Amino acid sequence: MARLIDWQLGTLTAVRDETPTVRSFTLSLPAWEGHRPGQHVDLRLTAEDGYSVERSYSIASEPERGAEIDLTVERIPDGEVSPFLHDVVMTGDRIEVRGPIGGYFVWEAALGGPLLLVAGGSGVVPLMAMLRHRYRMSNGTPARLLFSSRSYEEIIYRDELDEMARHGDGLEVIHTLTRSQPPGWTGYARRIDEPMLAQLLESLAQPRVYACGPTALVENVANALVRLGIQPDRIRTERFGPTGS
Amino acid sequence: MPADEPMDTIDEQMLDGNAVGGMLIGLFGVEMTHVPGRCANCHKVSMVGALKAYTRGPGVVLRCPWCGQVVMRLVHRGDEVLVDMRGAMLLRFPAPG
Repeated sequence: MARLIDWQLGTLTAVRDETPTVRSFTLSLPAWEGHRPGQHVDLRLTAEDGYSVERSYSIASEPERGAEIDLTVERIPDGEVSPFLHDVVMTGDRIEVRGPIGGYFVWEAALGGPLLLVAGGSGVVPLMAMLRHRYRMSNGTPARLLFSSRSYEEIIYRDELDEMARHGDGLEVIHTLTRSQPPGWTGYARRIDEPMLAQLLESLAQPRVYACGPTALVENVANALVRLGIQPDRIRTERFGPTGS
Repeated sequence: MPADEPMDTIDEQMLDGNAVGGMLIGLFGVEMTHVPGRCANCHKVSMVGALKAYTRGPGVVLRCPWCGQVVMRLVHRGDEVLVDMRGAMLLRFPAPG
């Protein structure tokens, strides 16, 4: 039995472009014992000279997928690991993985809702695992995703989110585009702020909140929600650090 | 930051305890992020995953989200790990099996 702390070898079986700078990587993990939506893995890359570097990546896929996971990774130009994953790694390559990790930023259908998910950029990744799980379980928990992206082209999982929302089982996806908007855009066009959250809360009483993204965004969202009367213990956060790190 | 200063400013380097979950599993042998811990300074309870994590220094510093006091310091030095937990009054977790 693979222990949590053991590194296991995964095989990259598929790569998919999500946006011009974000890709999803499917890893097949024979020793995988399943995960919970919201958890992450550590990835370890080791160079021939023994230099090794570890990074944490959220799992994007739902647990129902079995012995494979999707990681969705934004290419950070001066990063150590993400350019390697984007530019060098190919299907069939083997990568060291440890996990799943985390029992705090986790949502499962049994926990119930309603759910308020707030994402900035690639902060949507662990929330996507929750939404995919919710969808696969035909769970019907009322859920809102408030998703801040820089531009329309940079909305990660855009088509899949549209499709899940169209399904009409209680999920609503609200986008805000902070840097540029396509012609005819009628949605929000500013950073997530307190009035935006207040409007969402009108139709969502005491939700379970999961907020993930750059530290400043998550901090602002958590503080605004507390001011709006959400109990702090209903709010779970995952901060990514400064934008672009 | 002085330990008695309230955490009212946004520190962009700050992460959550969740971010060092893998390292903590390596040290304690079990998943630690949903383990409740009591801050020795303000006595409030937070899950380890909700502590404020500073990971850019030579080690990892975990602070109480309520009062800002340091709860844990973890430093890798060669093949040793140094753990200073004087800010954690109590951690309660399942015995590693």
